[in-house]
Amino acid sequence: MTMFSVRNLSLRFGGVQAIADLSFEVAQGEVFAIIGPNGAGKTSVLNVITRVFDPSAGSVHFEGRDITQLARHRVVNAGIARTFQNIELFEGGTVLENLLLGRHRFGHGNFFAQWLWTPGVRAAEAASQAAVEQVIELLDLAPHRKSPVAGLPYGVRKVVELARALAARPRLLLLDEPSSGLNPEETRDLAFWIDDIQNDLGVTVIMVEHDMSLVSEAADRVLCMNLGQRLALGTPAEVQSNPAVIAAYLGA
Amino acid sequence: MRFDYDTSYRDGQALLRYGSGRAAYAVLALLLLAAPWALGKYYVGEMTYLFIMCIGSLGLMVLKGYTGQVSLGHSAFLALGAYAHAWMLGKGLPFALSIPMAMGFTALIGLVIGLPAIRVSGLYLAMVTLAFAILTEHVIGHWDAVTGGFNGMSVANPVVFGFDLSGLRPFYYLCLGLLTLVLLGLVNLMRSQTGRAFRGVRDSEAAAYGLGIWVSGYKVLAFVISAGVSGLAGALLAHHVRFLTPEGFGLFLALELVLMVTIGGLGSLRGAIFGAVLIGMLPVFISRIKPMLPEQVSKQFGLEIFVFGLILVLFVLFEPKGINGRWIKLKTFFQTFPLYRKDLFKRGKTYMKSERYK
Amino acid sequence: MTTVIQLTINGMAIGAIYALVALGLVLTYKATEVLNFIHGDLLMASSFIGWGLIVVLKWPFWLAVLATVAIAMVFSWVLDARVMRLIVGQPQFAGVMLTIGIAFTLRGLVSMSFGPESRNYPTPWTNQKTQLGGVVIADLSLVIVATALLVTLALFWFLRRTTLGVAIQAASQNQLAAFLSGIRVKRLTSLVWALTGGIAALCGLLLAPTALVDISLWFVMIKALAAVVLGGFGSIPGAILGGLLLGVIEQFAGVYLPDGYKDAVAYLVLIGVLVLWPRGLLGDAHGRRV
Repeated sequence: MTMFSVRNLSLRFGGVQAIADLSFEVAQGEVFAIIGPNGAGKTSVLNVITRVFDPSAGSVHFEGRDITQLARHRVVNAGIARTFQNIELFEGGTVLENLLLGRHRFGHGNFFAQWLWTPGVRAAEAASQAAVEQVIELLDLAPHRKSPVAGLPYGVRKVVELARALAARPRLLLLDEPSSGLNPEETRDLAFWIDDIQNDLGVTVIMVEHDMSLVSEAADRVLCMNLGQRLALGTPAEVQSNPAVIAAYLGA
Repeated sequence: MRFDYDTSYRDGQALLRYGSGRAAYAVLALLLLAAPWALGKYYVGEMTYLFIMCIGSLGLMVLKGYTGQVSLGHSAFLALGAYAHAWMLGKGLPFALSIPMAMGFTALIGLVIGLPAIRVSGLYLAMVTLAFAILTEHVIGHWDAVTGGFNGMSVANPVVFGFDLSGLRPFYYLCLGLLTLVLLGLVNLMRSQTGRAFRGVRDSEAAAYGLGIWVSGYKVLAFVISAGVSGLAGALLAHHVRFLTPEGFGLFLALELVLMVTIGGLGSLRGAIFGAVLIGMLPVFISRIKPMLPEQVSKQFGLEIFVFGLILVLFVLFEPKGINGRWIKLKTFFQTFPLYRKDLFKRGKTYMKSERYK
Repeated sequence: MTTVIQLTINGMAIGAIYALVALGLVLTYKATEVLNFIHGDLLMASSFIGWGLIVVLKWPFWLAVLATVAIAMVFSWVLDARVMRLIVGQPQFAGVMLTIGIAFTLRGLVSMSFGPESRNYPTPWTNQKTQLGGVVIADLSLVIVATALLVTLALFWFLRRTTLGVAIQAASQNQLAAFLSGIRVKRLTSLVWALTGGIAALCGLLLAPTALVDISLWFVMIKALAAVVLGGFGSIPGAILGGLLLGVIEQFAGVYLPDGYKDAVAYLVLIGVLVLWPRGLLGDAHGRRV
């Protein structure tokens, strides 16, 4: 069952064609990986989905709805959360505060209620904390709960970002190079977590990734892009053995 | 050494979790309430001035400390609040109505200034606000019909429901009361969704958008709140000085405000108070030490500017987290004694994030 | 018609100063990403130093000019090497605060040492006028325009044609890459600071005879900011163009607009351009990349 689809998407910056007539579909509950050489337009796809860029042509559909023209801050309300290639955490806060920001889309009382810190606001805040605790539990972040994120090791920061996206309770999660900068051990943890996210939380995942071992382990299907175009699409094994893909990577 | 051992979410929410903290604030409250009866007239007036500056500093802190928007021209909002309030009092409006209306007026101007602020950021915003402050001073100086121009404008006494509060002690309590209200309101706002969103906008706009924070909306909201609170400070300042002139709201005041939030510690309301108290007391302190200085130095105008500049330089260089940062370090030192390490608050090496405009 | 020409020429003379001050601001900004608020106060302080040398110590004019420029350059070099370097890597705002702090310290120092009175000093061109067609021009204005032109050309030649200048450009575009290619970035930054310090001193010395040696002289920096913005932030030709244009706009505003607008027009331009047209005349698009 198709949950998410990109149809004939193009993105042009001046003379550079970042994405060229790209189409793909992602089924409910799938882990879908996008791979490709540097500059293939992978991150641009995520940026178009989350409305950082306006596409030059084409459309993006999610759960039967056209989200191509959605306001940038409403994407998460549609049910799509993301992480970033270069960690974008709220450096001034603790892990807990970062995760609570992930809950922003759930109401915490109107402006005046917040101003007066009414019982309703207090209850909403407590509920959000409870929800955040579940994510902390899932991703083993308990030891860092009250640590300022600025001082955490790189690997943990990466996990905090993932946790923050999960705190927003998305139905579709976009991961931009989740394993970059992680050591093999952390990458293996990540593979298990992606598995948990898929099976226990029922969240569909689209990830841009370089690490082929993670892709083969976690992904159900793989899209290989080159120069903004679709090169191959299929199971990890199929894509890896595709001659065009090998050529693109080896530059033949 | 103390660990936070929360047994309910309510524990984590509490402002003052421990008896010691509650006791300390109770003592502070008692001292502030008793002060006008124990101190001389001059010092009661000075403390009232400090309270007003605290409100002004809190106003700027919301904008600069929480959303990271630089304003080098907040004197303009104080000026607008002061003149609007004085003008309405002059037209016969009661104090209790004029104050909120002056706040509303400055908040509206804040909205107008904040709207373009969505388009410009960083240095550009600093320059826009700077120009706005100079322009405001200029307009006030030249719009004789309403503001009295450079001749100035007198301010009617604050009369609340028939009680004249212009006396030294009543006005002291009025300012203390309003400061408490503003502070509590902002504390609540900053610990709930709005404050979190402000910090999110400050630290990473890209992530903020991704989490459903309407970045432009919150930026403007911060401007509106900040301007409104600053307007209140201005209105109270009008009563404190009793006679308004455009020079009183020049760039020096804007710098004082920036100094307050910067050396107080950005991103903390407590820092805004610390900074306002320190910077607000500085002129008094300087006038105290002047007699001890050699004649050539003390009689010269400019000592104040020199000291202000020097303090700013020293804080930027040696304690960028401000007084509040120092306070937290001290507290941690005692709470974790003897485990405190000198590099506990040292930030991990981060790569320079260039903010340059390409 | 003569009025228009006369106003344009007067405007260009003032505008040349704005342009020169703006040039200094842009130079530091491009090379070090610091918006240098010291610039205006260094300019002001230089005019006081110039006054001291010319009037008090009775030095010849040219020697005083050279000495003042040299003092300002050394001061700026030391400032960068000893103070500004400490905050490299901190957010841009720290640089703004630090330079504002130093500017105030400097202003306080000048104010304490010289007092609040305005002063003046003679130049070789004081009170001399030249008749060009139907237009009368003060010689001082001509000197200002000529100096501005000379400095700009010299700077262009320096940045484009000399190894050092190209190295500065390289460092301003990518410090790390420049460093790795063997350019001594720190020393270059100090050099840029010294250069802008010298320009500031020159501006102060040129401006003071027309506007008096006074503490308030630093304010020209805010006008120059308007010029920088008008020209498009970070563009050197833009800063020159913006400065000249602003000078002319001011002159016309003084004559054709009601009283009080002349002084305000620079700030209106600053706000208007930033809000409606942030790219300015010759600027690139701004904003941080995602």
